[in-house]
Amino acid sequence: MTQHMQRELDNLKKMILALSAVAEESVQKAARSIETLDVPLAEEVIGSDDLVDQMEVDLEEECLKILALHQPVAIDLRFIIAVLKINNDLERIADLAVNIAERAVGLSGIGRVEIPFDFAGMARRAETMLNMSLDALVQLDTGIAHQVIALDDEVDAIHSANYGLIKAQILARPETLDALIQHLSLSRHLERIADLATNIAEDVIYMIDGVIVRHSL
Amino acid sequence: MNNATLAIKDPIVEVKDLRFYYGASEALHNVNIAFPRRQVTALIGPSGCGKSTFLRCLNRMNDLVDGSRVVGSIRLNGTDIHSSAMDVIELRRRVGMVFQKSNPFPKSIYENVIYGLRIAGVKDRAFLDETVEKSLKGAALWDEVKDRLHDSALGFSGGQMQRLCIARAIAVNPEVILMDEPCSALDPKSTARVEELIGELRKDFTIIIVTHNMQQAARVSDYTAFLYEGLLIEYGLTDKIFMKPKNKQTEDYITGRFG
Repeated sequence: MTQHMQRELDNLKKMILALSAVAEESVQKAARSIETLDVPLAEEVIGSDDLVDQMEVDLEEECLKILALHQPVAIDLRFIIAVLKINNDLERIADLAVNIAERAVGLSGIGRVEIPFDFAGMARRAETMLNMSLDALVQLDTGIAHQVIALDDEVDAIHSANYGLIKAQILARPETLDALIQHLSLSRHLERIADLATNIAEDVIYMIDGVIVRHSL
Repeated sequence: MNNATLAIKDPIVEVKDLRFYYGASEALHNVNIAFPRRQVTALIGPSGCGKSTFLRCLNRMNDLVDGSRVVGSIRLNGTDIHSSAMDVIELRRRVGMVFQKSNPFPKSIYENVIYGLRIAGVKDRAFLDETVEKSLKGAALWDEVKDRLHDSALGFSGGQMQRLCIARAIAVNPEVILMDEPCSALDPKSTARVEELIGELRKDFTIIIVTHNMQQAARVSDYTAFLYEGLLIEYGLTDKIFMKPKNKQTEDYITGRFG
């Protein structure tokens, strides 16, 4: 190589880290906008989506360009494939942050109804998983990636339990149905963010070990 | 230790503890490798790593090098190629070779193809005609030359000459074909034709190819062996080598980080 390819790979790394930072920030702000029903903050998240979309497209084009021009193999190839997939996951995570922010806007119009589950606790777990999966990517650390995968079961369990809690609340206070349905969506969005963080962790493992763990853990 | 071993069932060529010396200098260090039948194996490695030397050991082309010496064994279908039972001319019929620079003889296309059979004293005209057609078809050259078989081959393009050399190699029905950078002097289109041809030939022959072109090794071979400074560093299925090599040196080499 190919100084040329190394330069391109370094650039790709910078781009995926920049997108990671934006996606991570969107999730944090979206969760905070729910906790405080802060509509301007929610709108900020919603407004950042165009930027995320553009970054995703640029990153994908960059990956395709390197594949076409340099025909990378081994670690370089696995890195690019992992970046392509993580890119996709980050864009979807940012979309989910937008969905959460939209719920903040919706809920603010209804008036405050207490969320019948520990939203902040669940949000912190999903954020932690996302943060760890990106750490695993930056530090090329499969140990952290495996921890993320283990955490996913906890978030899945919380989401299942939330379903029961929300159902009970609907029966107890049917007049708050509109808000409660939105709460159920919130739980599902957080659960999806945790899933996507898990996907990122799995892609990091593939990149480092060359092993696809997706259906085996 | 220094050998990446891979169990090959019923290998056509089996190399054990091979050391090769140019005078006092050891160019190959204790190489152990077995080649699978009717598969393409690529030998890769930086210049001077010993891959061409190794290739030339397989049909004793190195015998022609003054002061060279071989230690260890190379078996072709079970027979040691250095044993008295093995006639070196017969060995080179059974293990054919295609070189980097195509070397057609200053003869007609027809005579080029049957050169090996002429040497062996074959005179049966019908058999020779049949071999010419079969070999040229096998080398994907027949359609281009069938109407001018008795013209000289010297007006050929590089790609055609190389395919003619392949036709000449397969005319004597070898068991193994050694190729030493067969495409390094060819343009991309001719290279693609020779690569396609390698894909066809592997149905009938075992091919061992030395190449500097990593993408070519990845495209045409089933197995890949990486040599470095006279050592066999890693040997495995080509897709494994190019997706996730086991050895750091292999990874550094195929990703262009050294060599």
